[in-house]
Amino acid sequence: MITCKGLCKSFGDKKVLDGIDLEIKKGSIVGLLGPSGAGKTTMIKILTGQLDAGCGDVTVFGKDVKSLSGDDKKKFGIMMDNFGVYERFSCMDNLMIYADIYGVSKETVSKTLDDIGLGDAKKKSASALSKGMKARLRLARAFIQKPEIIFLDEPTSGLDPRSMKAVHKIIMDKKAEGCTIFLTTHNMEEASGLCDEIFLLNEGKIVERGKPEEICRKYNRLKKIRIHLVDGSDIELSAGSESAAEISELIASGKLETIHSTEPTLESVFLELTGRGLQEAG
Amino acid sequence: MRNISVVIKKQIKDTFKNKTILIQFILFPLMTLIFENAIEMKDMPEFFFTRLFAVMYIGMAPLTSTAAIISEEKERNTLRVLMMANVKPAEYLIGVGLYVWGICMIGACMMAAGIPAKTIPAFMAVMAVGFMISIIAGACIGICSKNQMSATSLVMPVMMVLSFVPMLAIFNDTVAKISKIFYTKQIMNLLDGIILNGSEGIGNFGSLVILINAGLLIVFFALAYRRKGLE
Repeated sequence: MITCKGLCKSFGDKKVLDGIDLEIKKGSIVGLLGPSGAGKTTMIKILTGQLDAGCGDVTVFGKDVKSLSGDDKKKFGIMMDNFGVYERFSCMDNLMIYADIYGVSKETVSKTLDDIGLGDAKKKSASALSKGMKARLRLARAFIQKPEIIFLDEPTSGLDPRSMKAVHKIIMDKKAEGCTIFLTTHNMEEASGLCDEIFLLNEGKIVERGKPEEICRKYNRLKKIRIHLVDGSDIELSAGSESAAEISELIASGKLETIHSTEPTLESVFLELTGRGLQEAG
Repeated sequence: MRNISVVIKKQIKDTFKNKTILIQFILFPLMTLIFENAIEMKDMPEFFFTRLFAVMYIGMAPLTSTAAIISEEKERNTLRVLMMANVKPAEYLIGVGLYVWGICMIGACMMAAGIPAKTIPAFMAVMAVGFMISIIAGACIGICSKNQMSATSLVMPVMMVLSFVPMLAIFNDTVAKISKIFYTKQIMNLLDGIILNGSEGIGNFGSLVILINAGLLIVFFALAYRRKGLE
């Protein structure tokens, strides 16, 4: 669906993207993780044709991104962090503008608003919506025309956990409908929960890639098992066969309350690879 | 065509929600109707307020509203969303221009209510040309402005010159001489001729000034668009 080979982009002397190679398969959710200023938004802008790549090849739908036609771009759904809505318009009127452009019926717009949980706010002015509702409205606008690829730039940035969960559900629903989703985030939980594959981006370079759980397993150097006992104490055992008898005894004696393996999180993997956290500003 | 009509439809819907723009459109037509019917002074020239406000309307409403619409869309990044939905910059500009022109023409119809019927077609034609030139000026400002604040800062001086200089020319000879180079002053002369004498009276110089003003604005618009684009 999307391929990048040797993609780079500079703004003046600053290299924002440096030799990016990636491939996104149809129907998958791919996440680009990195701290602010890592080049995530630039990447989306290049993939959607809003910005020209400095060098390298970018193909979308098998075509060079520069040669995409208007009809090709209509297969994109884009939700950028800074894309606004018409504040004076109702939710329905906001979406109807794009529905008219794409030739989508009013009934579809109405159903879309119902599906994303804005059914009761159809006639509500966008200026009166909460941040979470506005995010859902922007998300609805991104897939009003049933796009084949949806680009989401930090879709849950600044949202409360409830709104975040609602947005995640919508994203998963779109995946179930067969959409390919490319999202950027610096929220590792979001990436772990949603993405089939992730790319860790730091200072314009991909420093790691793969399935979230595989990456965590790959960097699980300690290979320990953490046990919380009923008396409130914690113990760590090695994850080898030598601990089996001890764990079995703890279970038999009823002393074990919880047991976890100690794979690193994406955050700690990123920290190990780059020396800085995902939440840090660039 | 579809995208142009979408832009026009969106703007029409917004007219009733955006009071700032709405006031721009109805202020002078309303003032014309009120002043022409309510104020009567000895030795006051015929259709004085219609002629005066018509020029102020040309210099103000299309200029400020076009600049405000474009700059607001840029500021809120809704323009970028429209572009990503495959609305071409030309389609957007034509849509906004047609909308502003259409609404201003409705306002001009209201202003023409009191003038002799036989002069109305010529009055409307001159107003139509004036609106078009001001829309181009407004689009230039909208393109050059990052946000509404900077658009307002640019619009104010231009609007003052285009709207008030022709009026001040009535009272001051020096201003009258300077005002001749502005299309709004020549349009005022043209309207005076049409309404008072039933014929145009600006001669070749006046026509040339209007053409040069329009030409310069088109060139400036092309340069601004080439340099800044719509985003």
